Amino acid sequence: MRSAPEIIEQTYREERPRVLATLIRVLRDFDLAEEVAQDAFAAALEQWAVDGIPDTPAAWLFRTARHKAIDRIRRRIKFTEKQAELATIVDVESDLSGDEQEPALLEDDRLRLFFTCCHPALPLEAQVALTLRTVAGLSTDEVAAAFLVPPVAMAQRIVRAKAKIRDARIPFRIPPEEALTDRVEAVLAVVYLTFTEGYAATSGDVVIRKDLCAEAIRLARLLLCLLPGRGDVTGLLALMLLQDSRRNARVDADGDIVLLEEQDRSLWDRAQIDEGLALVPDALRGPPPNAYAIQAAIAALHAAATTATRETTDWAQIAGLYEVLARMNPSAVIELNRAVAVAMADGPAAGLALLDRVEAEGRLVDHHLLPAARADLLARLGRTVEARAEYVQALERVNNAAERRLLLRKLASLGP
Amino acid sequence: MQYLLIIYGEEKAWSTMSETERGKMMADYGAFTKEIIASGHFKGGNPLQSISTATTVRVRDGKSVLTHGPFAETREQLGGYYLVEAKDLDEATGIAARIPGSRVGSIEVRPVQPMGTM
Repeated sequence: MRSAPEIIEQTYREERPRVLATLIRVLRDFDLAEEVAQDAFAAALEQWAVDGIPDTPAAWLFRTARHKAIDRIRRRIKFTEKQAELATIVDVESDLSGDEQEPALLEDDRLRLFFTCCHPALPLEAQVALTLRTVAGLSTDEVAAAFLVPPVAMAQRIVRAKAKIRDARIPFRIPPEEALTDRVEAVLAVVYLTFTEGYAATSGDVVIRKDLCAEAIRLARLLLCLLPGRGDVTGLLALMLLQDSRRNARVDADGDIVLLEEQDRSLWDRAQIDEGLALVPDALRGPPPNAYAIQAAIAALHAAATTATRETTDWAQIAGLYEVLARMNPSAVIELNRAVAVAMADGPAAGLALLDRVEAEGRLVDHHLLPAARADLLARLGRTVEARAEYVQALERVNNAAERRLLLRKLASLGP
Repeated sequence: MQYLLIIYGEEKAWSTMSETERGKMMADYGAFTKEIIASGHFKGGNPLQSISTATTVRVRDGKSVLTHGPFAETREQLGGYYLVEAKDLDEATGIAARIPGSRVGSIEVRPVQPMGTM
């Protein structure tokens, strides 16, 4: 049995992002909204401990927030006498009346908050920080820890972003139809960046940070509730579910990377795979046509196979999907993945020919992935001396400690 | 809220345009300016003369120091501006995207701080 303060704390954590989103719309001020939400929570701690948790905690919080907001604005007016502040009071009284908050309106507020936090006029790193802080409800310290940034620096990043929203007047609204797909893409980029930072940490000693992956999946689920039927949102959720389903098999007890072909597939999260697989057809049907859906389809082919061998994994179709992806979104990393899939389907020599083309075009020259992939294929062709040289080159370029250990292991497996 | 839409572009590009291209650009600017006057967004704006006419003033130790040329030598130069009234940043960037110069150069969008609030 959990204690009352714990239940209150949890209720508040669940309700806060919803309440905050509406407060930001009505008050048109992130900081004031956060202060008011904090006031309402303090009042809840006190009163819920005595009276118990109300039947509709959100309505209670709105009613309380309304009083607290008016108090705070009145105090401000004493100093400034501003017309704008008086106008806000009118809005608070009419828009925050408590019980009659329309659920649909509240949902729209959460969606508006996504679009404001992920506005392209903000730097990408600030978009991510603000989304995790405000939409996901993480504390500034939690966001700082997730991105290995000192808390003070993260707090400044968030303060600067909120100041730009206020001073440049970045709107709090759902973009019009003609801009919607571009703006949704920006929101999805922030969610996926959160996920990839958790799934393949670019720095630090661990490969997977599960908390970030879970947070990104939670955001995508929320987004799909708010924007149902969109292929891009569905595609991203499916992709993350399928990639994340392998998390327990991807790293061994020592924190070392386990490659797809060596993973113990019984460790894959079946429930998450089933959920992801069910989403893929909707994602592919769109609209709009999108790269997340294609990537989810690739992940689905892996998820459906019992081993990574040519007998059970449909590598030819995976190679074909990478080709579609490369046409949609030309990138050297996609070409590289395609080459690996072709090597699995048609043999290492065919894959190596594709990698030669990527190298000849001068792409990915500073990245460890290219020499590492070449080394793998050269080793399978028995060209050990060349493979060794490529692994050495990859080791010079790699940053993540676990990826380094993987490369060292492969180098050692070539023998003396 | 007022925003200053600051038009940057390569002066060289202008001088290397053909007569027809230049005529089209002028006509596009004329049409755009008429549109935003009619819609009520226009508060002011002008093209600037060439950077060869620019003089930069600094006062150091109480003494005016004049140098010829713009504040900074960059690939793109300040060529003109519009002052517009817009309800938020999205509306302001939407107007900026319609400035003909945005197709060849860049438009910086800056909210104006009203004098009384400084």
